[in-house]
Amino acid sequence: MKTKVAIIGAGISGASIARVLSRYENLEVHLIEKAPDVGWGVSKANTALIHGGYDDDPKKYPMRAKLCIRGNRLWHQWVKELEIPHVWNGALIVATKEEDFDELERLLERGRENGVPEMRIVDREELFHLEPNLTKEAIGALWVPIVGQIGPIPAVIAIVENAVANGVKTHLETEVTGIKVENGEVRGVETKDGFIEADVVINAAGLYADEIARMAGIDYFEIHPRKGEYFLFDDSIPGPRRVLFPTPTPISKGIVVTTEISGHLMIGPNAQDLPPEEKENLATTREGLEQVWEGAKKLWPQLPPRSKVIRTFAGLRPEPTGGDFIIKAEEEVWGFINVAGIRSPGLTSAPAIAYEVAEIIQRDLGIELVEKRKWNPYRKEITHFFMLSPAQINEVVKRDPAYGKVICRCNRVSEGDVLEAIERMKFIGIKTPSVDSVKFRTKATTGTCQGSFCRPRIIQLLAREYGVGPWEVTLKGKGSEVGIGDVKVLLRGEEA
Amino acid sequence: MNDLPMLNYDVVVIGGGPAGMAAAVRAKKLGLKVLLLDDNDYLGGILPQCIHPGFGLHYFKEELTGPEFAARFAKRLVELGVDYRTAARVLEIKNYSDLEKVVVFSSPSGAYQVWTRTIIYAAGARERHAFEIGIVGDRGAGIYTAGEAQTLMDIYGVMPGKEIVIVGSGDVGLIMARRFALEGAKVKAVIELMPYPGGLARNIMILRDFDIPLYLSHKVVEVRGKERVERVKIVKVDENLREIPGTEFWIEADTLIISAGLVPNVKLLTAIGVEIDPATGGPVVNDLFETSVPGIFAAGNSVIINDLVDYVAEQGELAAEGARLFIDKEGIPTRRWIKLEKGENVRLLVPHYLSGERDVWIYARVSKPMENVEVRFPEIGKKLRLPVVKPAEMLRVKLRREEIAKARDGITMEVVPL
Repeated sequence: MKTKVAIIGAGISGASIARVLSRYENLEVHLIEKAPDVGWGVSKANTALIHGGYDDDPKKYPMRAKLCIRGNRLWHQWVKELEIPHVWNGALIVATKEEDFDELERLLERGRENGVPEMRIVDREELFHLEPNLTKEAIGALWVPIVGQIGPIPAVIAIVENAVANGVKTHLETEVTGIKVENGEVRGVETKDGFIEADVVINAAGLYADEIARMAGIDYFEIHPRKGEYFLFDDSIPGPRRVLFPTPTPISKGIVVTTEISGHLMIGPNAQDLPPEEKENLATTREGLEQVWEGAKKLWPQLPPRSKVIRTFAGLRPEPTGGDFIIKAEEEVWGFINVAGIRSPGLTSAPAIAYEVAEIIQRDLGIELVEKRKWNPYRKEITHFFMLSPAQINEVVKRDPAYGKVICRCNRVSEGDVLEAIERMKFIGIKTPSVDSVKFRTKATTGTCQGSFCRPRIIQLLAREYGVGPWEVTLKGKGSEVGIGDVKVLLRGEEA
Repeated sequence: MNDLPMLNYDVVVIGGGPAGMAAAVRAKKLGLKVLLLDDNDYLGGILPQCIHPGFGLHYFKEELTGPEFAARFAKRLVELGVDYRTAARVLEIKNYSDLEKVVVFSSPSGAYQVWTRTIIYAAGARERHAFEIGIVGDRGAGIYTAGEAQTLMDIYGVMPGKEIVIVGSGDVGLIMARRFALEGAKVKAVIELMPYPGGLARNIMILRDFDIPLYLSHKVVEVRGKERVERVKIVKVDENLREIPGTEFWIEADTLIISAGLVPNVKLLTAIGVEIDPATGGPVVNDLFETSVPGIFAAGNSVIINDLVDYVAEQGELAAEGARLFIDKEGIPTRRWIKLEKGENVRLLVPHYLSGERDVWIYARVSKPMENVEVRFPEIGKKLRLPVVKPAEMLRVKLRREEIAKARDGITMEVVPL
């Protein structure tokens, strides 16, 4: 008899849990997600950092302090097994005033307590050796070499692909409407598409984790969104080599200046607390972006002109009551595990969260986990034309001529890359074709021109491969169709 | 590189739009071995999606649509036996020496290296997008650049939406306003930042013909609508283009079209160190449209944003003549280059350097509209009167060889009121 596990939410936490649980012979794992694709909630828009684990106070936030450093270590392994784009470039927490060193000393001390290796305070001379174009106001920094960056959505995609290959079943576009509890035990998950039976329900619903918990009768915490806004610049603009933080204040880690893994200078985030009901408010604002700009300028005075901005975006962090991650089997409802309030450093902690959950299942639910004899830890990254040498291009076109045809000019994405992305979308169960699904797998549409050349071609390929009209292809799921019908639809009087 | 199939040509033309096709045709007629490369599936660049008339009045002495203009050129190209490849994307240009260059490209049949003596770069331009012009808010479906909307409608047959707001009153924006109206959509407004419209006079008529409101000195600052556009926020600006508080209003629409100007595509050129003019966004060129790297010529919208396809084709042909001369003489043999400088009310101009050995068309744009002006080149004593100049309309002025010869150092072009 297999134990049926339902994980609600295919973000970085839910996906990581699914992967770790896919290891066990006696579990049947279902991953449930209301969006059309994985990683589109909190995981989608953030600073993409694998943090060092030095800034969470173990007395105040024991879960965060424990899981961040463990997560960092696990990511070093996971990026290799799953071929996730990453860079280990280290971070500098920069002091610009003498009194900043007091805070840096505190961070250094806490980092040692949390088990962070290789941290140290560097003087001005070494600082400028590490980062030559930093503000001249800088007088020293805390140097944390283990900090890195990954592609957060590519990471979720890689993890889910691997989990599915190991037997996890996905239910995309499946919104949870209730949790069935009988005699203090969970029985399953009610969704808009029917009932999914489960002996264990894991709530990894991000911003909605409080609502899901309430469906199971658990209401001791609330999640409110904290918005952060970002700028991304054209890849012709040089950025820093390291991740740059200002010295933190009691309220905030401050605005980061970094070169994200695709080579774009990125600045952000600010922090704006929103009421709990604004969990869908992803609009950028003039004021917020202005704050980010001013904040970033303090570390990186040579910000490019605004005409070099290629994108602005906002992300929401789920802030829980109490501030620490809530990861536990709830005693009142046997089989219900909360993985809630996974705010920063949630991306970093995700693999560690997953192992924590596996432990909870064994320890607190008393389910003995039996390892599969054959479990595949590996997943191959999609072909990226931009990484191929001309000789390698000649190898891949033998497989399929589409790999030789570039359709995204700015980021050099081939038609073959796009077709492979669509194949992989279908593999993990994506039902609604969307441009964003292709974008997050290939990087098409994210370059200098922001897709004005390649988006129509991608729409055409999606329409063909999914067998729908091009106007039915969506930007990011139902309601965001790229058109209202064929070009004569209005003249025919068929109002779309 | 040694293991890549190798091709040999006198000239590689990068880009199969009007500039590239005109260059290839002329180069072939001048006896050069020509290869034209384009990354689209078809020749013509953006012309096949420009289904409105207005093309070729100067060049063919009749009014054609974009596809017709493109087809005529493509026919000439094929009849002359010019080698061309579509779905072929140039990955890299290498400049080994003045007469040895390599173009690496990828195509469905694989990657190739082309050894060539000259290159004519005619890769066109891209459109500025919503993020570049500082629009904030949501990012749902229904936000398109004008060219993208045009591709969707006229190449792929997709209707983007039914209630349209257009940012920018340049030609592209106005033509798309008409295109939407003709297909039954409601164009609710054209929003123009400047106090005057940005398009050619004949295109501004579209607004009256279709009863489309034009808001001058206004800008779109925000767009809302989570899954798709629902409304856009507009604000009035003062003479310094600063927003006037309290003048904000919303227009309900499901589609926002950005037509906020074009930027030359120059990434392949900057990668090999070609000098770029910040005013045009394109390369600095001489009177044969040769860039600062000898033997690399450029033409069309990748050099300067043109209003008329005829000028684009003209520049392509000139570049081809440059390539022929370059190959014959192993370089452009010029004793001295005279710099053409921008004077009063000249925002940008090409070419930047004149040899004085041939007649030259100067292409320029003014900074602000003026009536009753004189275009002057004081160093050579040349003047001509014009009733009106507008930033939207390119000035094209001929300087004759003898006139240029009078200059000692530089020549200034200025546009001054009479």
